Amino acid sequence: MRATFTEQIEFLNTSLIEMGYLLEKTITATVQAMLNQNVTLARQAIECDAEIDEKERDIEKLCLNLLLLQHPVAGDLRLVSSAIKMITDMERIGDQSADISELTILLSDQPYIKELEHIPAMAYVTIDMVNNAVEAFVNKDKELAASVIGMDDIVDDYFVKVRDDLVELIQKGKTDNCAQAFDLMMIAKYFERIGDHAVNIAEWVLFSITGEHKFNAVF
Amino acid sequence: MKFDISAVDLYYGNFHAIKNISLGIAPQEITAFIGPSGCGKTTLLKTLNRMNDLIEGFSVKGEILLDGNDIYEDRDVNLLRKRVGMVFQKPNPFPMSIYDNIAFGPRTHGIKKKTLLDEIVERSLKQAAIWEEAKDRLKKSALSFSGGQQQRICIARTLAVEPEVLLMDEPTSALDPISTAAIEDLLIKLRDKYTIVIVTHNMQQAMRISDKTAFFMLGEMVEYGNTEKLFSKPKEKKTEEYITGRFG
Repeated sequence: MRATFTEQIEFLNTSLIEMGYLLEKTITATVQAMLNQNVTLARQAIECDAEIDEKERDIEKLCLNLLLLQHPVAGDLRLVSSAIKMITDMERIGDQSADISELTILLSDQPYIKELEHIPAMAYVTIDMVNNAVEAFVNKDKELAASVIGMDDIVDDYFVKVRDDLVELIQKGKTDNCAQAFDLMMIAKYFERIGDHAVNIAEWVLFSITGEHKFNAVF
Repeated sequence: MKFDISAVDLYYGNFHAIKNISLGIAPQEITAFIGPSGCGKTTLLKTLNRMNDLIEGFSVKGEILLDGNDIYEDRDVNLLRKRVGMVFQKPNPFPMSIYDNIAFGPRTHGIKKKTLLDEIVERSLKQAAIWEEAKDRLKKSALSFSGGQQQRICIARTLAVEPEVLLMDEPTSALDPISTAAIEDLLIKLRDKYTIVIVTHNMQQAMRISDKTAFFMLGEMVEYGNTEKLFSKPKEKKTEEYITGRFG
């Protein structure tokens, strides 16, 4: 038995789960802050991003250390290489959450130009996608990982609806606050990107379970 | 296939060392045998040129074909060992000059002509990537060379009789990393001309140089396949556990 190695792999697993929970916490706070125009919560979400960045660096260091010193193979190699790829997407999700919260703070002193309808709907889907991607990793659940990939279409559809709504508002002269329309569009785009990153994570979860990745028959 | 091993059982007296193994070994490829000590991999390797024949109580069931001919039906073991050479774990040059070490095999097979022997010695030493280090010391004792050089001299000695297959039993386990790298580079070059089978305890070595890997345990072949596949996505749980160091 390679006791130290087994412990390190276990630690990597736990660290990824912790980073996943940190993401859930951040996005949930981001969405709540946006819906309620809650500046305090938005600031908390931004602070969480720094924690996510730190976690990414720790996990990256651990993975490189494992590759250098332990030469993992088979399932261990797939776990370590997937982890290196996954944390990049996880870190980006943290960034985008922070970007959304920045906009929430920016818009906090003005009423929304329309009742938020499709943006929260797409936000909830992306929260589910991120949660499910992390859960699929924890439980090595192929079906759940695959379902995350399927959910991206729902997010994309909502994104188109948000865009159409905002275009209509401007075209029909229903708002003179075009700046906010652009900011809301940006928020929708950030959620759409979070969905894409969740898909990437799910794809690497699938790789770590099956050894197959969509772009190449890696092995 | 260069070797076709089918339904082979090997015994040392009552001890069942290899159990019902079937395996094809392709030409111009490096095949690695891996597995815990005592799993039968060296026994199987040595059977491929009948090195086990003289061990008391050793017996073979099943069929081992070399280019379609049963190696146990053909009585000429010397010819078999000319075609299927072997390099051992510990470098074992004969206590004589480098030249005589390399010329030993060809002389045994009846070559006497000095110019032809010179040619064979030079060609073999070049093939084994030891010519530059040895060319000015051909008359010196092979034992005066370092371990890594001695092992390359032994490989040259094996190549001198123009074999078709090279069997290697942990050829670098007694060598430092630089000599190991030199031997590994050499094996990769030799792959184009020969069929190579290597027993190794060094997983990284199997990964670095072999095309196919067979994993043995308790006399059984647990898994055989492309090296890249076996080390990234093994089919069998036992393989995964062994190569990831969870047992063995």
